[in-house]
Amino acid sequence: MRQMKTKALSKQTRNNLVTYGIVIAAYIAVEILMRAGMVSSLLKGLLVPLCIYVILAVSLNLTVGILGELSLGHAGFMCVGAFAGAIFSKCTMNAIPVAGLRFFLALLIGAAFAALAGILVGIPVLRLKGDYLAIVTLAFGEIIKNVINIIFLGRDSRGFHISLKDAFDLGLEPEGEVIIKGPQGITGTPNDSTFLIGILLILVTLFIVLNLIHSRTGRAIMSIRDNRIAAESVGINVTKYKLLAFTVSASLAGVAGVLYAHNLSTLAAQPKNFGYNMSIMILVFVVLGGIGNIRGSIIAAVVLTLLPEMLRSLNDYRMLIYAVVLIAVMIFSWSPKCREFRERYGLKRLLGSKKGAKEEV
Amino acid sequence: MMGFISYLVNGISLGSVYALIALGYTMVYGIAKMLNFAHGDVIMIGSYVVFSTVSTMGLPPAAGILISVAVCTVLGVVIERIAYRPLRQASKLVVLITAIGVSYFLQNVALLIYGANTKSFTSVVTIPPLSLAGGALIISGETIVTILACIVIMIVLTLFIRHSKPGRAMLAVSEDGGAAQLMGVNVDGTIALTFAIGSALAAVAGVLLCSSYPSLTPYTGAMPGIKAFVAAVFGGIGSIPGAFIGGILLGIIEILGKAYISSQLADAIVFAVLIVVLLVKPTGILGRQIQEKV
Repeated sequence: MRQMKTKALSKQTRNNLVTYGIVIAAYIAVEILMRAGMVSSLLKGLLVPLCIYVILAVSLNLTVGILGELSLGHAGFMCVGAFAGAIFSKCTMNAIPVAGLRFFLALLIGAAFAALAGILVGIPVLRLKGDYLAIVTLAFGEIIKNVINIIFLGRDSRGFHISLKDAFDLGLEPEGEVIIKGPQGITGTPNDSTFLIGILLILVTLFIVLNLIHSRTGRAIMSIRDNRIAAESVGINVTKYKLLAFTVSASLAGVAGVLYAHNLSTLAAQPKNFGYNMSIMILVFVVLGGIGNIRGSIIAAVVLTLLPEMLRSLNDYRMLIYAVVLIAVMIFSWSPKCREFRERYGLKRLLGSKKGAKEEV
Repeated sequence: MMGFISYLVNGISLGSVYALIALGYTMVYGIAKMLNFAHGDVIMIGSYVVFSTVSTMGLPPAAGILISVAVCTVLGVVIERIAYRPLRQASKLVVLITAIGVSYFLQNVALLIYGANTKSFTSVVTIPPLSLAGGALIISGETIVTILACIVIMIVLTLFIRHSKPGRAMLAVSEDGGAAQLMGVNVDGTIALTFAIGSALAAVAGVLLCSSYPSLTPYTGAMPGIKAFVAAVFGGIGSIPGAFIGGILLGIIEILGKAYISSQLADAIVFAVLIVVLLVKPTGILGRQIQEKV
């Protein structure tokens, strides 16, 4: 009995280690290719965004796959993290000259603010169910984006000034500096994000999410997903665990946001980067990778980010192909007819006929 | 005061468009229990068809609108047949992602055919503006037509659903699909009909929207689509009168918010009101509370 338990545990640990291993192996492979000069500059520019998407996909999977609630506002939390981190970095550019330390603190601050936003949004939102919850998270994401677009923030010797009108309204002293310029956002954020930091953050994210899933808390969260009423009746505090999962997911999105902010010199909240389209794109990664499957999220995020770039030579047709692939994959993996077809002629059946034989008996 | 009334009328006009789009969302949701994210893009396709037939080919507007309605109806049925029907039994999320795929597909088809440049849409309405209160209040022809069209469509649709056989089949399927099938209702046919009606309404909404706001890009449909979706949820998704009320309210809130609070925050205000309504009434204004069984 005891032996069985350790064996079961080790299988889980092994599984986790494989996931970490894949990430590290991917890093080493890319580094070797880069040393050999086989990575195009286009691909080099994609490395940090890839890390950002992987973190976003893994963290959203915590809400969608493990908690079982559909969230369409993940980009909103990323937006909060990005702006909090960027403001911090910009304000302390002279005070903390060590880039590594400053970036580390920016990450913590971005995560903290995103977590705070997660709690504020989560308390009212998590009372709702299903599609209502989805539309309200979408609404919150859009509100966050819109509000950030009208904020002007400046700093001078008297401290910070906030205005909702324009930069002149701040009433800054001549040597004062405007930090957020409304729709133009923040310019001149230090470019601290690197591929190595991105990979390290992916590993940290995986560590947090995988350990959360396999802990007592994680089991409580999954029990809420599988049957809320049953979970409640065995004494699980549904609100607490829902909020916990939602907040962790939001704060990790904030980390991705900080990474995003420090990868670009200009940070502005536009529909393209922080709108619902972004949230939906991350959701596509999660669903295509397999709902609740962390490793699947990583692979789907990487493949679906690289696919349009690989198809770049096809110009205008690439997004069309992307759309067709998306629909085809969904139908192929979920339509009853296709499932039957796969069961009959699938690889598993052809390679290992043992299982099929067993079923026939 | 006249300013306020004028904003209110504009709000009702915009709300009428939202209501027409929201009807498509809410009917499909009520019957197929899915969020059809591609609905907004059907509007865009409908507008482009009118643009091609009226502005480029020079057909009369009425013919253009008829062709647009026909194209959208066929499009809606084809989308349902190819992309959604095979996934009838799959989880909601899978269908949602497929709908997003269809949305990308339609946007990129439009992008390939018409390019990314904004096309200026010539209004199909030729009614002169109505001048009231000695010229202090001017209501444009587009506004009048939009509001009238919405009212007529609502009445016809309600009569159709209440009193015709296919309409009652739609009610039955939305109540309980399995039981309806056992009673001999053709469920697949009914769902296809729902998509056809929803898409036809989307075409009409597209024409009206682009007559009032005459700039057309492949992404024109996305934001009104989302707003109409919000309107449907606002009124209680699955409820047809709810979509009407939700749409009109949303239009009024958006225009008044734009006029009196902040034009940049108008969208945020709309979404904030939605959140407040859902917190007080978690299934929308006219939504039915579903009892959870253990």
